[in-house]
Amino acid sequence: MAKEFWRWKEYNWKSEDIDWKGGTTISAGVDVGSVSSQSVILVDGELFAYSNMRTGSDSPMSAQNAMNWALEKTDMKLENIHYVVGTGYGRVNVPFANKTITEIACHARGANFMYGNTVRTLIDMGGQDCKAIQCDEKGKVVNFLMNDKCAAGTGRGMEVFADLLSLSIEEVGELSFQIDEEPEPVSSTCVIFAKSEATRLLRDGWPKNKVLAAYSSAMAHRVVTLLERIGIQKDFAITGGIAKNIGVVNRLQKEIGIETLKTDYDTQIAGALGAALFGKVLAEKARK
Amino acid sequence: MIANFGYKDGSGEFFITIDTDKCNGCGDCIPVCPAGVLEVRENEFDPLAEDQMAAVKEEHRKKIKYSCAPCKSDKSSGSEPCISVCELNAITHSW
Ligand code: SF4
Ligand code: SF4
Repeated sequence: MAKEFWRWKEYNWKSEDIDWKGGTTISAGVDVGSVSSQSVILVDGELFAYSNMRTGSDSPMSAQNAMNWALEKTDMKLENIHYVVGTGYGRVNVPFANKTITEIACHARGANFMYGNTVRTLIDMGGQDCKAIQCDEKGKVVNFLMNDKCAAGTGRGMEVFADLLSLSIEEVGELSFQIDEEPEPVSSTCVIFAKSEATRLLRDGWPKNKVLAAYSSAMAHRVVTLLERIGIQKDFAITGGIAKNIGVVNRLQKEIGIETLKTDYDTQIAGALGAALFGKVLAEKARK
Repeated sequence: MIANFGYKDGSGEFFITIDTDKCNGCGDCIPVCPAGVLEVRENEFDPLAEDQMAAVKEEHRKKIKYSCAPCKSDKSSGSEPCISVCELNAITHSW
């Protein structure tokens, strides 16, 4: 089988410090995105376990798989979870969810937890769309904008591109800086057009890294135009898979002149984390 | 909260904006809309809020330029039925 360059590693994690049996409220969030799915389990609002995997062709199965995988390292069962919130593009396909919440609300809430309450502007670069969100100190959305007209310039676009150049998705960020000088951005971030433009540049003798640099800055620029409409207030943070791609992040920082906040959390779980945090509040509300 | 529904493409910016701090969910904007673009629903961006708000229906969000075309033809901006009917000035359009 041909190597699939776009494939990133799927994984799960569990906290060693939390004894869930002593917890009062156990909540979970499941984020079924177009490209990846995550599940997060919280015990009294503390991160207990999570998983991150690719979304399959069947959304209900993807939700179930992500949930099972987050539970895998634990001795917890789905029945032990008091409240499950589904979010993301495939949120209606989380059969075991008590409620569904839009990913905009969940990402803002999740970012507030993972980056701290100083986050005011947030970009979520997901698999197929890009969202600009403004939020307050509680992680509540105050203004948002979504660019979902075209799937370009997104996580999936980067995957298609990595595959075209036969480069691993986990190294494209680094490689895009191994160039002599920064090229002009490709004129189009549309996956289809960018692909043919890239093919032409390669034929013209451009090294792969330079083509990658041109595509990364086009992606960064696309996000900036989205940000311009809602305005950029500090602090600024990025969630979603692209937050891990320094090729795009550094160029974006340079263009707006603002540093993005750093986090030790996995930026891809922001949506599921926010969903689980809402789950905690909703479970407590239901109990009253 | 400011909720922007719509998109930006090569031909311009097409957003219907609802200011949820102004909108009280009265629903007056629903029947006046010839294209059935709007609905009143719970606040999908603030799951802990109790009040209802006006929103652009999911199926119109990616084609709002075309859905609203009948109202946009000869009238000057600001006199669209949805905008005119809302006494609280909760609705604005970007085009
Ligand atoms: S008429 Fe105005 S206040 Fe009433 S639901 Fe529509 S937008 Fe909201
Ligand atoms: S401009 Fe016309 S079609 Fe568009 S939402 Fe307002 S009333 Fe409906």
